[in-house]
Amino acid sequence: MISVSRATAVARKEIRQLLRDRLTFGMIIGIPLLQMTLFGYAINTDVRHLRAGVADLADTQLSRMLIADAEASQVIDVVERTHSAEELRALLRKGTIYVGVVIPRDFERRVQSGHRVAAQLMVDGSDPLVLQSARGLLDLPVPGRARRVPAAGAARTFELRAYYNPERRSEVQIIPGLIGVILTMTMVLFTAVAIVRERERGNLELLINTPVRTIELMMGKIVPYIAIGLIQVSLVLLVGSIVFRVPIRGSLVDIYLSAFAFILASLSFGLLLSTVARSQFQAAQMTIFFLLPSILLSGFMFPFDGMPRAAQIIAEVLPLTHFVRMIRGVVLRAATIEEVGSEILPLAIFFAFTLAIALVRFQKRLD
Amino acid sequence: MSDAFAIEAKGLTRRFGDLTAVDHVDLSIPHAQIYGFLGPNGCGKSTTIRMLCGLLMPSDGAATVLGLSIPREAEKLRSKIGYMTQRFSLYEDLTVEENLEFIGEVYSIARRRRHERVEELLELYRLRDRRQQFAGTMSGGQRQRLALAAATLHEPELLFLDEPTSAVDPQSRRDFWESLFALCDSGTTVLVSTHYMDEAERCHSLAILDRGALVAEGPPHKLTAEIAETVLEVQAADLRAARSALDGISAVESIAQLGSRLHALIDAELADPAETVKRTLAEAGVEARVEQVEAGLEDVFVSVTRQRGEESRS
Repeated sequence: MISVSRATAVARKEIRQLLRDRLTFGMIIGIPLLQMTLFGYAINTDVRHLRAGVADLADTQLSRMLIADAEASQVIDVVERTHSAEELRALLRKGTIYVGVVIPRDFERRVQSGHRVAAQLMVDGSDPLVLQSARGLLDLPVPGRARRVPAAGAARTFELRAYYNPERRSEVQIIPGLIGVILTMTMVLFTAVAIVRERERGNLELLINTPVRTIELMMGKIVPYIAIGLIQVSLVLLVGSIVFRVPIRGSLVDIYLSAFAFILASLSFGLLLSTVARSQFQAAQMTIFFLLPSILLSGFMFPFDGMPRAAQIIAEVLPLTHFVRMIRGVVLRAATIEEVGSEILPLAIFFAFTLAIALVRFQKRLD
Repeated sequence: MSDAFAIEAKGLTRRFGDLTAVDHVDLSIPHAQIYGFLGPNGCGKSTTIRMLCGLLMPSDGAATVLGLSIPREAEKLRSKIGYMTQRFSLYEDLTVEENLEFIGEVYSIARRRRHERVEELLELYRLRDRRQQFAGTMSGGQRQRLALAAATLHEPELLFLDEPTSAVDPQSRRDFWESLFALCDSGTTVLVSTHYMDEAERCHSLAILDRGALVAEGPPHKLTAEIAETVLEVQAADLRAARSALDGISAVESIAQLGSRLHALIDAELADPAETVKRTLAEAGVEARVEQVEAGLEDVFVSVTRQRGEESRS
């Protein structure tokens, strides 16, 4: 016999508990809000404002007008000016720019002839969305060459050269970044439950009465996971290169150095969660809360440059953003650790900051 | 530094919100003794122990443990004390030996000495055959021996035991107390909390706690000798009739049944209590044997907790 009143009593109790569990309640509200904000606002597959470099070798009034028009299209923002295509290529490899505009010395003559492409676009093709956006510039009219539709036989304004992923396979783009997503998920969760589990099982009361120091406890919790993290990196690289034929162009040492910095940042954040969460379940919930923006804002799924400023600022705080930049640079563009090293500093700051808060928060007391 | 007392506390108080768990407790516990905290669940035994270990901040008052001021110098105290928690707090997914090795490492005991100690303790606490067994699969008595081994591994001067025998059979309890006396003989001070009268009776000295307050203190024999009431033992065929007859005497402060006998606490002001009781019982037609007896610890416990209950009611 099903008793309605018993069922109602249970339901009432559940609702009461839910209202008292602020975290769960917050997530019930927070996740839909977060998702809607992310998908509806921050994520934009129509990528604009790509960071670009220009090598204007012609340096004429006409060439400057072309660059101004390209900027006016909002597809690119010129952030670097160089004197050779070679320098642009270096910036592209470092990840400073996504697009390089090369205007050759004989630009005016090419425009006049009308049958030769006037200039070149170099694009970081490892991200298909970036490539697609840059494509929109190909038929940008040259100010002098007035015409509405490209006449038959007339050349386009730009020729496009896609670097790093000429076949435009998205798995090449996805897999290096996926290392970061997997590490975020596992590293943060493991350490997030680490201390909470001890508290739940009663071990902590014994442990805090021993001379073990907080920092020792924290380090002891971190170190095993560094090894686990590096094993995960190896696994993804191995499967990635064998199954998905992802080219590993950079050095393995550089890959592991980048991963090491990222793992530390993720683990210390997990520890911080562990000092906040009251149960293992809460720790897991908080991990998901962190994982979602990491995946969506880090540039792993959508190009960083396509996001509005506010989303970019949040993304800069997330360790995954910096790791995705590093790992793609090293794996796909053969960048060296020196070239992408500027991304290590934010990771180091994140690590030091979260660990410091975790240490302060964790008291060797029960109250 | 040698102090007269292992533990000294003045006005030790702990509040959790509106609840005062420990209310101005004063303690002076000498070295190399077994000192007991006796009281029901929720009387503040655990909270007091945790404050003395430095695990909880006192809301008020101060304590000195082994010459160190608590909670300020709690970290310095860690290696000098051992603490056996009320709930089994070793790792259930580690073996007996792994647990002890881990504890030894946490206390920074050098490898060779550590191995020696672990062997000694496995022998002493009859765990040698169980060294490879997971702690989670052991019985209550075995866990308790393991916990005691872990708490004494680093040879602490002072040992806190929070209801160590609550999940243990009588034989294991007896063995456990033998172990405590052995530790005490070798100079260790032991502070043990319990709600068993027979265990309390074994302590050198005893504090009775009731709702956060220390209501009586002293060696068990002294506590029983100094009881404020007269204790009468009543044996009768019809205990229920005897009881209701005794209820009619205003000087009878409490009645407790112990097997086939009643213990009645009688106001000491009453002259010739045995005669009064006998007469009342006879008038009620209850055949009974009434005898004035020495108080037991149970009587003391009833006496001191009842007094406070009346005070708080009035």
